[in-house]
Amino acid sequence: MAPARSSTHSAITLNINGEKYTLTADHRTTLLDALRERLDLTGTKKGCDQGQCGACTVLLDGRRAVSCLQLAVAAEGREITTIEGMAEGDRLHPVQQAFLDLDGYQCGYCTPGQICSAVAVIEEHAAGWPSAVTDDVHPEAGPPPLTAEEIRERMSGNLCRCGAYVSIVEAVARAAAAETARTTEEAA
Amino acid sequence: MKEFGYQRVHDVSGAVAVLGADPDARFLGGGTNLVDLMKTGVERPARLVDVRELPLDRIEPTRDGGLSVGATVTNSDLAVHPEVRRRYPALTQAVLAGASGQLRNMATVGGNLLQRTRCGYFADVTKPCNKRVPGSGCPAVEGEHHNHAILGVSEHCVATHPSDMAVALTAFDAVVSYETADGPGELPLADFYLPVGDTPHLETALPAGALITGVTLPPAPVAARSRYRKVRERASYAFAIGSIAAALDVRDGLVREVRLAFGAVASRPWRARTAEGVLTGAPADTVTFAAAADAELAAAKPLPHNAYKVTLMRNLVVAVLTELAEETAR
Repeated sequence: MAPARSSTHSAITLNINGEKYTLTADHRTTLLDALRERLDLTGTKKGCDQGQCGACTVLLDGRRAVSCLQLAVAAEGREITTIEGMAEGDRLHPVQQAFLDLDGYQCGYCTPGQICSAVAVIEEHAAGWPSAVTDDVHPEAGPPPLTAEEIRERMSGNLCRCGAYVSIVEAVARAAAAETARTTEEAA
Repeated sequence: MKEFGYQRVHDVSGAVAVLGADPDARFLGGGTNLVDLMKTGVERPARLVDVRELPLDRIEPTRDGGLSVGATVTNSDLAVHPEVRRRYPALTQAVLAGASGQLRNMATVGGNLLQRTRCGYFADVTKPCNKRVPGSGCPAVEGEHHNHAILGVSEHCVATHPSDMAVALTAFDAVVSYETADGPGELPLADFYLPVGDTPHLETALPAGALITGVTLPPAPVAARSRYRKVRERASYAFAIGSIAAALDVRDGLVREVRLAFGAVASRPWRARTAEGVLTGAPADTVTFAAAADAELAAAKPLPHNAYKVTLMRNLVVAVLTELAEETAR
């Protein structure tokens, strides 16, 4: 346990996209501000800074979270994945490629958050998670088809002021279908 | 934001010892509400005690057929757990109706219970608010109150409790467990939130410095057929203007057992015991459902801009009970 009387700053090590970053952080620093202002990882965007827009979405231990309400000091020890960690070298993540192919954006500011969120949505759905628009949540009912309605509900934590939602939903659907095809092929 | 100390704790006794020694410290769970309120200056803790790594992250069956849910279980893990979905589907629906996927992954069960009202005056430190600054007044009564309380209100505060999860937990008689430096304790959710009266700043019956360690759901076969419906001003990712958790068991056309709780209409999740009394043993039809809703809502004291909630809640009761009755008949 840390000393009973801690100061207002801590030396922390953050594990981001598989690399370790060490910094001294004022405890008030959010993960979002640490990424952007201290570590030059500016792919993650600041929108509302109050957990309402989703622009700052990253993955924490593989699950999507808003980095604006996550204190950096409390993120120590967790596996953080940002938009910079999605591609493998020059090969884009399938969700990134789908957003490009289907114009899932206009100005692009919300896009990193949309993509991080979509990556997690596809995994949550594959794991059988129901959503607020799933008719029957009993586990015996099985996972619901990933319809446009399901995608819109699951992506509702990511706002797009340009209103590119139609293409965003198409991009998520295409990436999810590609992922299903890939896992089916692997299983066969 | 005010500067603060931070420490992580890994055992419950260590956590309550820190808070027992420092009344200006606060527990940090997911932080989705607390960090937000610290940014605006509503919350000004001297120290945060991070409880996310406490060994309270399990959902386990209890010996009597209920479920025990640890305080640091995330909202997502609660909602998607197979036994929750099987035995208390309205709880899954309630949690999934709240916030966004990102916030549900961060937020904990204990933190969800302790989240603060989203009343705009409470959130704005430049405005008076009896909940934030006792005795400073309540501008909502004369001002913006279209989404404020209609039941159990006081002239001192008309704020609502924003949780969806807690509404379903209330319908299912959940019990909150906590730990203090003096030992453990339990509070039925029905007694967990205090009546508003003239002390809206006192929100729960938890002793000072207590740490919520979990929530226990007693066995409730009626809950297997249950539903949560939430009405809001947009289709998703918004707080309720009215919500309902309901469970219904009908035998031979008569209501054998019913559970009913309302959200977004009071300072706490509102267990509709008057309505349950009217319904129990009565014919399971829309006439009875409407009469039960009217009996519960007779105590409503709406303000000029939230009187619509009386009609809304009446319609919700009738609609959801009718759906559940039809399901039972199938």
